[in-house]
Amino acid sequence: MGLPNGTARSAGRRTSRALGDTLFHIGSGTAAVGLLALLALISVILVLWAEASILAFGPEFLWRNLWDPRTEIFGALPFVYGTLVTSALALLFGVPISLGIAIFLSELSPTWLRVPLTFVVELLAAVPSVVYGLWAIFVLVPVMRRDVEPAIQGLLGWLPLFQGTPIGVDKFTAGVILAVMIIPTISAVSREAFLAVPQSQREAALSLGATRWETTRTAVLTYARSGIFGAVILGLGRAVGETMAVTMTIGNRNVITTSLFDQGQTIASWIANNFSEAGPLEQSALIELGLVLLALTLLINVLAHLLVRRVFRVAEGRP
Amino acid sequence: MRIRFDRDARRHWTDLAVSVAALACVVLALIPLGSILFEATSRGLRAWGPDFFLKNQPAPCSPQISVTCESGGIANALQGTLVLIALSSLLAIPFGILAGIYLSEYGNNRIGGAVRFFTDVMTGIPSIVVGIFVYGLLILTARDIVFSTIAGTVALATIMVPIVARTSEEALRLVPGSIREAALALGIPKHRVTSRVVLSSARSGLVTGALLGVARVGGETAPLLFTAFGNPFGFQGLDHPADALTLRIYYYGISAFQNWQDLAWGSALLLVLLMLGISVASRLALRNRFGGRSVA
Repeated sequence: MGLPNGTARSAGRRTSRALGDTLFHIGSGTAAVGLLALLALISVILVLWAEASILAFGPEFLWRNLWDPRTEIFGALPFVYGTLVTSALALLFGVPISLGIAIFLSELSPTWLRVPLTFVVELLAAVPSVVYGLWAIFVLVPVMRRDVEPAIQGLLGWLPLFQGTPIGVDKFTAGVILAVMIIPTISAVSREAFLAVPQSQREAALSLGATRWETTRTAVLTYARSGIFGAVILGLGRAVGETMAVTMTIGNRNVITTSLFDQGQTIASWIANNFSEAGPLEQSALIELGLVLLALTLLINVLAHLLVRRVFRVAEGRP
Repeated sequence: MRIRFDRDARRHWTDLAVSVAALACVVLALIPLGSILFEATSRGLRAWGPDFFLKNQPAPCSPQISVTCESGGIANALQGTLVLIALSSLLAIPFGILAGIYLSEYGNNRIGGAVRFFTDVMTGIPSIVVGIFVYGLLILTARDIVFSTIAGTVALATIMVPIVARTSEEALRLVPGSIREAALALGIPKHRVTSRVVLSSARSGLVTGALLGVARVGGETAPLLFTAFGNPFGFQGLDHPADALTLRIYYYGISAFQNWQDLAWGSALLLVLLMLGISVASRLALRNRFGGRSVA
């Protein structure tokens, strides 16, 4: 009596166990694949909404220098230009400082200072972008207008890049605030790339009589260069897509000018400023701008993660 | 010999100069952080008071122009931010942890690799793009709630899910394989091992991952501009627009009215304290769990 019953029960339990495992596997797998589906959905929805604009303007949209809601002709050039200029400025100011920070934190800092300092630099990333914008409006912009920009004009005023009356609300200030915002990203990722450099590399350089800087330059920086490159690209991705702080500092004028002390506009800030009041075709054009931004940042991030991943794979001894 | 000496001296001075320059970079980067904390505290505290936390948006007013200013606060925004964070966490954290479980427990294959990679990439999507995505999605499917609490929730959850998924995966991977094997050896089915043993061992890592997600979306403005939209009257239901501290900081910050600008700084102080608090708490815990490597 007991035996067959027992067998049946344990067989039943085994089935329910297999069923439970399968359900769990499928359930969690659905969530994981759901993430991919979400990314696909984002792209599909944007393409769907941008369709009217894509059909109306074709590829010319990307390089037309006109945004006219009355004649309903739209082009992206001023915003692409503004995005490129402000991101380039952000990298110009942000990359050297970030690398200095990463070098200090991983190679030079006394051990007791390392952890708290790393921590404080990372806090820069915790400040919301709109708070950077508010701080920029009330603190940074007046300083730029009063001190920094006139000083630069005094030195390099003959360059076409620094023409016009400094007003503080311009592409230059937007670049500076972006630099501040990408510093924690670039410094954290490159610091990790430095930490992934095997200690033997440093010891070899030191044993040849190299100073600490020579060790860093020859053994660490060379070894970690693709990680550094990945970090810079990640920072670029953040700068390209940043909206609020730029919207609040760039002055929001739809023009292309050489001078960095002129107002401008980026893709993200133009969407933020105009989306609510746009007519149907203009809205479609704005969503096409969003699509351009999405494509750009996806490309940048894919590249960055491929680079960063390679560094850590090598460091962890994986193929 | 003299040439040799000069070169060594130069190498020594170069070394020193680079060290000083690197330290200067650290100091330079911390100036904005210090300035933001200082300005937010000194300007923000002026706005703080019982009214600040309890009253809704006041009429715009500048003391230089009008004699009496109606007192007001950011109760509507604080309420909205809390509702949005709570709802989006409710949506994103279980989803994210489930995806994290897959990546860590079943994900050593091609699907896992693809999901892991694209999840990393997703964390880099600009938040304004997520805003117009949710707007477009709701126009197509549910026109009535385009500007609503639900729309804001979906937008924030979209940003939060990949972050939670990756941090959960990292936390679960830190659970030693021996613990899984010990439990499996007792004959416990794998789903039980995962849900009871692995998840509870990784509890603090999962909590800090979720907190990192909350800290990220709590500071988001751009995705809320065309979804939650803003609401000066406080929370009115899931199908009505919702306000947020970040939206108020933006609109008040670019306004020309003294009392609104004061409220912007008060809100900024509140938000920074909230975000830094969460960030400090989660990073301290993460540091213990991940042995010093931050989760990028």
